[in-house]
Amino acid sequence: MTLKLPIYLDNSATTRVDPRVLDKMLPFLTENFGNPSSRSHSFGWVSEEAVENARIQVANTVGCDSKEIIWTSGATEATNLALKGAANFYQDKGKHIITLKTEHKATLDSIRELERQGFDATYLTPNSEGILDINALLAAIRPDTILISILFVNNEIGVIQDIATIGNICREKGIIFHVDAVQAVGKIKFNLSELNVDLMSFSAHKVYGPKGIGALYVRRKPRIRLIPQIHGGGHERGFRSGTLPTHQIVGMGEAFRIASLEMDDEIPRIKKLRDKLLNGLSQIEEIYINGSMEKRIPHNLNVSFNYVEGESLMMAIKDIAVSSGSACTSASLEPSYVLKALGRNDELAHSSIRFTIGRFNTEEEIEYAITLLQNKVANLRDLSPLWEMFKEGIDIEHYQWQEHGPRDIILHQ
Amino acid sequence: MSYSNKVIDHYEKPRNVGALDKSDPQVGTGMVGAPACGDVMKLQIKVGLDGKIEDAKFKTYGCGSAIASSSLVTEWLKGRTLDEAATIKNSEIAEELELPPVKIHCSVLAEDAIKAAIADYKNKH
Ligand SMILES: Cc1ncc(COP(=O)(O)O)c(C=O)c1O
Repeated sequence: MTLKLPIYLDNSATTRVDPRVLDKMLPFLTENFGNPSSRSHSFGWVSEEAVENARIQVANTVGCDSKEIIWTSGATEATNLALKGAANFYQDKGKHIITLKTEHKATLDSIRELERQGFDATYLTPNSEGILDINALLAAIRPDTILISILFVNNEIGVIQDIATIGNICREKGIIFHVDAVQAVGKIKFNLSELNVDLMSFSAHKVYGPKGIGALYVRRKPRIRLIPQIHGGGHERGFRSGTLPTHQIVGMGEAFRIASLEMDDEIPRIKKLRDKLLNGLSQIEEIYINGSMEKRIPHNLNVSFNYVEGESLMMAIKDIAVSSGSACTSASLEPSYVLKALGRNDELAHSSIRFTIGRFNTEEEIEYAITLLQNKVANLRDLSPLWEMFKEGIDIEHYQWQEHGPRDIILHQ
Repeated sequence: MSYSNKVIDHYEKPRNVGALDKSDPQVGTGMVGAPACGDVMKLQIKVGLDGKIEDAKFKTYGCGSAIASSSLVTEWLKGRTLDEAATIKNSEIAEELELPPVKIHCSVLAEDAIKAAIADYKNKH
């Protein structure tokens, strides 16, 4: 048995394009290279038909009308358009926006920008499992609340929010509801026709499609209005100008089609792999699972390894490609804001590893990852003064640490 | 993040990992940093009757550069007098390991650990 290293277990960051998706894309870079807006010749017509076919494939996957799908360059742009576009259109009704502290940066930074423009935002803290408490949401709603944005599935910890209930509340109160569903497509069943969601962001590259393409769902009944953020040729009914990248769009359509078609087989297979990983890692002492295990997609496992530091752990396990809650590769030592919002202390947030399993992972790869983690965590703990203290029964939380200020660093440089 | 070969070498084969008896009058123990900051170094020196450091051990919770910095100083400490040990500068550590600017604090911590271990030893005498 030869495994190809490193093993990719970072499928929430991005996924490999499915070969079937690539096959569908390629002709639209070669023979069928036309601009879908060209009305005067067959090059344009062929491309336009492909774009509209992909729009139907995406709409069918998420349960809406194809006229409600707007192509964007990705979910970041879709979310920017949704939040800035809706806030700006409806600002006469009120200027208050509600979101969650554990949202993706595309949402948080868009709302920060709206705050700069004079909007007022409330950032709700989820419970320690990462789940939004509906009563906390109700308490935060004000007469001037115009927009609520909630992540369907969290990208770091994979927890699922109760979008149906939140949608009902928003509809009843006449508040626009945006949902980032990037990590939900192909991973949990949902149908927009059954949800009171007004705006929903999608991305292709998390679902085995290409990077650089996404979509925004914009509800037509009741009709949601947006101020466009990108102006130009009036493409996408004026919502988003710019020549449509036919090959990318075709790829997204096919990727979504395959996702909905194969979900019933894929989810149990991935869950089996995740459970195997969980069982293997559970044999390691002092590990902590981040986020609810019940309300969670089966693709995600986020684990903190106590008494080992995150970056050295990442270095030790470079034969597997995973994400870390530790951001100390950058100048700031700020650990994952998602885990901090769950109330995890800095040490546990720093030592967290996100494993995200995907379509192309195998059982052998999971076994390799388990053995690697078991060995490397043991090695690092042999090296860890905190592990030694823990084993000696010393209370690390209340120990008098001599903290290091940035002052020292400047003095010595 | 790309590490220098020297950091990787120390990280993969750390020298002098372990613990000395804290209560031994010949042993000085320094523990610096804090878990919340992402680095804790424990450095121990054992001083011989001739006043020279005859053994040094470390345990480090921290990134690869922090582990390498502490591993390196245990090598440098052996055979030095306390006065000589006190002259080790973080800049020498950073230079030897080719630490990038964001990792300079690891070398600072290692220097502090030396100073703390020496202070602890001197406290006992
Ligand atoms: C939850 C979530 N929202 C938004 C995005 C951004 O998507 P895109 O890369 O398509 O801009 C990502 C991916 O990084 C994500 O995980």
